[in-house]
Amino acid sequence: MNESISIPREIAGERKVIGSRHQRSIIYLDNVTVDFDGFKALNQLNLIVDYHELRVVIGPNGAGKSTLLDVISGKVQPASGRVVFGQATDLIGLRENQIAALGIGRKFQTPSVYTTLPVWDNLDLSLRRKNKGFIATLLSKLNSEESDKIALTLETIGLTKKARVLAGQLSHGEKQWLEIGMVLLQDPELLLIDEPVAGMTEQETEKTGELLKSLTDKHSLIVIEHDMEFVRQIAKMVTVLHEGTVLCEGFVEHVQNDPRVIEIYLGRQKEANAPV
Amino acid sequence: MTPERSITSRLAAAASNVGAGPAFWIIGALLFAGVPLLNLLPDDSFFHVSDFTLNLLGKFFAFAILALGIDLIWGYTGVLSLGHGVFFGLGAYAMGMHLMLGIGTEGVYGNALPDFMVWNQVEELPWFWKPFYSLPFSLAAIVLVPMAAAAMFGYFVFRSRIRGVYFSIITQALALVAWLVFNRNETNLGGTNGLTNFKHIQGFSLNDPSTQLVMYMVTILFLGLAYVLCRWITQSRAGRVLIAIRDCEQRVFFSGYSPANYKLFVFVISAGLAGLAGALYVPQVGIITPNQIGVLPSIEMVIWVAVGGRGTLSGAIIGAAGVNFMRSTLTNHFPELWPFFLGGLFIAVVMFFPKGIVGLLRKMSVMLPSRKSKVENAATTD
Repeated sequence: MNESISIPREIAGERKVIGSRHQRSIIYLDNVTVDFDGFKALNQLNLIVDYHELRVVIGPNGAGKSTLLDVISGKVQPASGRVVFGQATDLIGLRENQIAALGIGRKFQTPSVYTTLPVWDNLDLSLRRKNKGFIATLLSKLNSEESDKIALTLETIGLTKKARVLAGQLSHGEKQWLEIGMVLLQDPELLLIDEPVAGMTEQETEKTGELLKSLTDKHSLIVIEHDMEFVRQIAKMVTVLHEGTVLCEGFVEHVQNDPRVIEIYLGRQKEANAPV
Repeated sequence: MTPERSITSRLAAAASNVGAGPAFWIIGALLFAGVPLLNLLPDDSFFHVSDFTLNLLGKFFAFAILALGIDLIWGYTGVLSLGHGVFFGLGAYAMGMHLMLGIGTEGVYGNALPDFMVWNQVEELPWFWKPFYSLPFSLAAIVLVPMAAAAMFGYFVFRSRIRGVYFSIITQALALVAWLVFNRNETNLGGTNGLTNFKHIQGFSLNDPSTQLVMYMVTILFLGLAYVLCRWITQSRAGRVLIAIRDCEQRVFFSGYSPANYKLFVFVISAGLAGLAGALYVPQVGIITPNQIGVLPSIEMVIWVAVGGRGTLSGAIIGAAGVNFMRSTLTNHFPELWPFFLGGLFIAVVMFFPKGIVGLLRKMSVMLPSRKSKVENAATTD
């Protein structure tokens, strides 16, 4: 057995260099269409997110929010269009682990942590390492630099005292923070975060908001969220998706007062008697 | 996990990492030397272990090697293979072919060809039999053939992201295919009757109790090595990735690992262990037939691990030895009851103690007050 069958981890040499019109963007989706057997989950979608930006994506159910993250993280391949990461990296055709290695981290809607491993090990496995192949991982040892990084992240997500606890025994909110910590340790330039505060208490929600806002120092974030109060807490720029395309985009106050948005999104929530 | 822990605790941790804890050495020595010593006691002694019992134990512990492999891929990685009988069979047949050729002209027909070939009117030794005259080739084939088969099969299956129950069904189909192929006389592997009537191994008669004693000791030696290998893997970071794949494969992907590669590696290692087990089984049992490698035995192997406790290495060994011990005992007295007993045992494990015997023992030891404080102390000082 050797490692030759593994997916090439060093894909830098294979990066397709293509021009990006928007030189400052961390991620640039150009005319992206995703077709699920005729249903266009994304329809000629264009989206540009800048470095150090925290972009919130909202939209009614089925608008294509999660599909958007799926496309960026490689879980779903678009039928047409381009996805450009950073200056000139085309993400089309790459697998999830390759895209993760490039510096895009993803936090799922439902907490996705390793329930039978301690919090510390959850973070340890998520650390960015040069080689994540079987043999390299089998022989790897934790060095003090890595251990410091984990300790620092534990502090950031407020789980220092629970480092030895099995992740399955954490509360819902703690699991969400742990997963954010796991994504952070991948040292991603771009974080994709899907409904981070779903099911959280008010206090936890606020803490999560502060955490996310503090991350823009070093990272760019795309956050999908339903909770409008939370959106107002964290967002400057908001993108509204509707039926797979961008309906409108702008500052929170601006978007909230856009009649189209009120009609398709906020209006629906009112119909459902949900607090806006 | 604190960086400033002492050198001695680091050394102790390193030693326990390769499974070299005191329990490992004590149990290992008892099995390796203690049981054979009891065998040397006079026949009328209460502690005497008969040749028959020793031979049975050798078979059980050969199965335990296979169970360790199944535990790696199922217990740790969460990938349920219902086709490990095939890899066991490939190792067993490789060994069987070598022993078959070793019979020479001592067979019933006095022909250099194996008896079943003479019976089937095969004139010349098929090409794939010829290398098995060589002992080094046969020994290499014992592990490499199952590993190569697992690598080819696993490559396509894991690449296609076939998982869960679909993977189990495909491996089950693999076991059925192997059973059908090995049953055919045209395959030239003895058909339904398999390979049997072996005479000697490297000049030593297989009927001689001392040869069987050595085979038993070799089995224990390999069981120890297999345990250390599995322990090394499961205690490493790669071992934690395996558990992570079991817990949440999606997250593993997005953390930059390729679960398909990890599964492939572990699947291949576990196939190698199964092949080794098969090769140790054959000279001790004296026969290998398609019925020992097909669908039913493959499922039974999984039950051993479930009963012992999946996700713990000791559980795999205890399960394989324990279930087979019960099988030998029960089939002696009530042969027709065994299938019902095995099925009932499996249902009981799934419903009442999903973590198997080892899980049950751990639960009980935690419930005892004196042990509880010990466990807590260990957790805090660890």
